[in-house]
Amino acid sequence: MNVRGYRRPEAGTQPDYLYPPYRATTLRAPSQPLILLPHTLSEITGPVYGHQEIRETDNDLTRQHAGEPQGERIVVSGRVLDEDARPIANTLIEVWQANAAGRYMHHNDNHPAPLDPNFTGAGRTLTDAEGRYRFVTIKPGAYPWRNHDNAWRPAHIHFSLFGNAYATRLVTQMYFPGDPLFPIDPVSQSIPDAKARERLIAIFDLATTQPEWALGFRFDIVLRGRESTPFET
Amino acid sequence: LKLNATSSQTAGPYVHLGLTEERSVACLAGEMTKGERLRLRCSIFDGDGVPAPDAIIEIWQANSFGKYAHPDDTQEKPADPSFSGFGRLPVGEDGTCTFETVKPGSVAGPGTSVQAPHLNVAILSRGLLKRLATRVYFAGEPGNGTDPVLALVPVQRRETLMAHSDPSRSGDWYFEIRLRGEGETVFFDI
Repeated sequence: MNVRGYRRPEAGTQPDYLYPPYRATTLRAPSQPLILLPHTLSEITGPVYGHQEIRETDNDLTRQHAGEPQGERIVVSGRVLDEDARPIANTLIEVWQANAAGRYMHHNDNHPAPLDPNFTGAGRTLTDAEGRYRFVTIKPGAYPWRNHDNAWRPAHIHFSLFGNAYATRLVTQMYFPGDPLFPIDPVSQSIPDAKARERLIAIFDLATTQPEWALGFRFDIVLRGRESTPFET
Repeated sequence: LKLNATSSQTAGPYVHLGLTEERSVACLAGEMTKGERLRLRCSIFDGDGVPAPDAIIEIWQANSFGKYAHPDDTQEKPADPSFSGFGRLPVGEDGTCTFETVKPGSVAGPGTSVQAPHLNVAILSRGLLKRLATRVYFAGEPGNGTDPVLALVPVQRRETLMAHSDPSRSGDWYFEIRLRGEGETVFFDI
């Protein structure tokens, strides 16, 4: 059975596994070249996961506890599209992030910044028929990591998406405009193409900014598009 | 082509907060699920041969008839409404986690070929800028010799894609993932 696969990325738009400035890659990146796998049914299908289990406050990270979290309230919204600009409807987006002080609610994060009892920092939502999504949250703080001397991660929100197939699964990070740490961050700089890097930076958006309440940021996500013809053996 | 796909970034050391603290799926097979039950234990080791305790593993597989729970699988095979085919787990301090599932059936491959029973496996962790994909096949499975994907792998490295059964416990299988260096697992560019 020949199937219509998903397109390969444009050169430079995805990081390689090995990027020595990000030190952890030197122990975890494969040393052998990957084997190119022409897509089969196993790659063009994928999980339909979690749709029954979205709670009402899952896309509002400021309303998951009794009180309001500390920090700058923000609205992060956008669309999920494929490379042909077609909306990806009804797909699961999962997010996680540090609190306003740059601390994660995670047992491995021990850096001396306060936890916020009113902020867990995890959310999820489904895109609508037009591929739109929206989260309300707190702007995460920058935080130190031990990758190199005086290393700090720029503020970011982790995004995880499934799309329509195993081949379209994407885990990435959204950054904020004007962050002085972005150009010196080995994680973001692992992407060779400068324009591709910039596409991970959300756009400040007055149209989605809510008066007297929250700043709006727009972040569109593009998942791999489909080949136009079936793969031929 | 109008747009370029968004770049991947590492899931980082706190991936559990978003993906597994509330949203793990260890058991894929329910009471109604058809097929041969199996427990698949997976271990991940880094380039020093040390367990990678902060990784998570996702699996995607066909049902026991060899059909995926997805509209693009147009094979004329029975669906199994009690089986979604997706699992995910964090590994423990020993780099290991265990999925309870059923053995997938054979799935159609390119042309007239047939893919031997396999699970699609992806790893997300700190130190991986993109998710890392491999496959789990079953050692001794007759269809492995004609599997079109194993055929792409150099003969001497195919063993790294084999899960092995535990002779002392029926239905227990073990799969080892070595990210880098000696005995490195074969990974696929999908």
